[in-house]
Amino acid sequence: MAATVSKTSYATPSGRVIELDVPHWPGNLAGQHLDVRLTSEDGYQAARSYSIASVGSGLVELAVDRIPDGEVSPYLTMDIMPGDQLEVRGPLGGWFVWREGATEPVQLIGGGSGVVPLMAMMRQHAAAASAVPFRLLYSARTDDDAFYAKEIDDLAGPALDVTWIYTRKGPGSWTGPIGRLTRETLAAAVIPAAENPAVFVCGPTPFVEAVASWLVELGHDPARVKTERFGGA
Amino acid sequence: MAVISRGFTGRRREPGPDLPPGQFLTRDFPVLSAGPTPEVDTADWQFSIRTDDATLHTWSWDEMMALPIETVDTDIHCVTRWSKLGTTWRGVSLDTLFADVETTDEFVMAHSYGGYTTNLPLEDLLDGKAWLAFEFDGEPLEPEHGGPVRLLVPHLYFWKSAKWIRGLEMQQQDEPGFWEQNGYHTYGDPWREERYS
Amino acid sequence: MTDGKHVDGNALAGPLSEVFDFDVTSASARCASCGDTTELARAMVYEKPHSFIVRCSHCDAVLMVILQKTDATELDLRGTAWLRAPR
Ligand SMILES: Cc1cc2nc3c(=O)[nH]c(=O)nc-3n(C[C@H](O)[C@H](O)[C@H](O)COP(=O)(O)OP(=O)(O)OC[C@H]3O[C@@H](n4cnc5c(N)ncnc54)[C@H](O)[C@@H]3O)c2cc1C
Ligand SMILES: [Zn+2]
Repeated sequence: MAATVSKTSYATPSGRVIELDVPHWPGNLAGQHLDVRLTSEDGYQAARSYSIASVGSGLVELAVDRIPDGEVSPYLTMDIMPGDQLEVRGPLGGWFVWREGATEPVQLIGGGSGVVPLMAMMRQHAAAASAVPFRLLYSARTDDDAFYAKEIDDLAGPALDVTWIYTRKGPGSWTGPIGRLTRETLAAAVIPAAENPAVFVCGPTPFVEAVASWLVELGHDPARVKTERFGGA
Repeated sequence: MAVISRGFTGRRREPGPDLPPGQFLTRDFPVLSAGPTPEVDTADWQFSIRTDDATLHTWSWDEMMALPIETVDTDIHCVTRWSKLGTTWRGVSLDTLFADVETTDEFVMAHSYGGYTTNLPLEDLLDGKAWLAFEFDGEPLEPEHGGPVRLLVPHLYFWKSAKWIRGLEMQQQDEPGFWEQNGYHTYGDPWREERYS
Repeated sequence: MTDGKHVDGNALAGPLSEVFDFDVTSASARCASCGDTTELARAMVYEKPHSFIVRCSHCDAVLMVILQKTDATELDLRGTAWLRAPR
């Protein structure tokens, strides 16, 4: 499907939010992704997956973080402009998704751009005024590097409990610790295994790997922990 | 019909004078993995050559280190289009390892720890064309680059230089290995762009 | 064994949409090597140029290889003993 870039905005120093106009977009579930395929003048092609931050029909929103020396993400975060065309395929995947009818409490754990599919889940949860308890644990390098920081702060409240982890620097008012997520911080922040939450973990592969194994050690049923690794080592 | 993305060029550079067609130069050493990296301790490492009459020639790490060691300066070419010029390796020539091996078979299947296989003609391994390499640019070969020991056959695309090498098995016919069954060219000459079959 | 380079089976949803017209990543697959049965979305995916190598997250064996050729998508299912697709 040919998509047209309708709007872009710099969300973080290295990341960009891209809104796409996709004719006949059938709508998507919260957590799904799409595949973007780029073709150069001489026919060379490269394809990558990107999670969808929006839900339902309408414009399709992506948020892309620039990987230095990457092939596709520098193009998406620096070169494209409104009016440009990309090829997309999707919506894709029916497993890493949250459906509105689900009743169990939900724990979201995101690292870096891994918050993108979780954002779609939080947006749907808020739009439905769902009473299902939601918790987010979001690890970002610095407060400037956090995607959707303002929107997440606005959504936080009785229906959405938010824990921030900053690995390098927090906002000016921040009094909490600075540093990588540890098993202890994770244990203290997430919905306990005894409450049988559905857990969604997303981010760079090493982050997801560490979190998923800690969750299992903390007694979470592996069958209830769903992961989406973005790659990288 | 594909939509052209304005200004997108992909990660390709100008071809250099010493480069096979379709390759670009890289300064770092990209890792292309198709599975977990096997961790092989040199204490457990063993290399063997098995011939058609089931004769097994084996070497332990210490036995290999006792053989004459050569320094190899060479260019390497990966099927994913990067090339690296002037790399330095240390290892044992396969001529040395094959010195006492008697065989009439003309083909070889290379087997790796972790289960990979790749096929080669025997003549591509002899006459100073291939080594068992355990050092890269002065350092022990890292596991992600195939350490402790990888095959080094620099005149072919680099997947033929099997990482984590464990043994060679002589074969009468050129049976395809793991990569070759999965779409890679059976011979893999970078100068003739034998990438995929 | 350690390796940070893979992604999850979820990422196969696009490439496999050329072969199946339902979301096969939600289907359960049984590993022919160890018998582990789990959603394909949980498998480990290693992307190579023109191919995806899909491994069992339990025993690392190759479950399937997806080859993307110019004129076709080929699926090598040697390592998958059984597949169950939810309706
Ligand atoms: C299902 C799925 C959903 C995804 N959703 C998003 C998303 O919403 N937003 C987003 O920004 N990305 C997302 N990604 C990652 C994205 O697909 C690309 O991998 C990423 O943009 C890098 O592509 P590239 O071409 O720039 O880098 P490449 O040229 O592919 O890689 C360059 C180097 O960077 C390393 N690398 C690749 N990916 C990462 C990474 N994620 N972190 C650290 N190092 C890496 C590689 O190992 C390589 O060494 C998703 C991936 C998957 C599988
Ligand atoms: Zn298995």
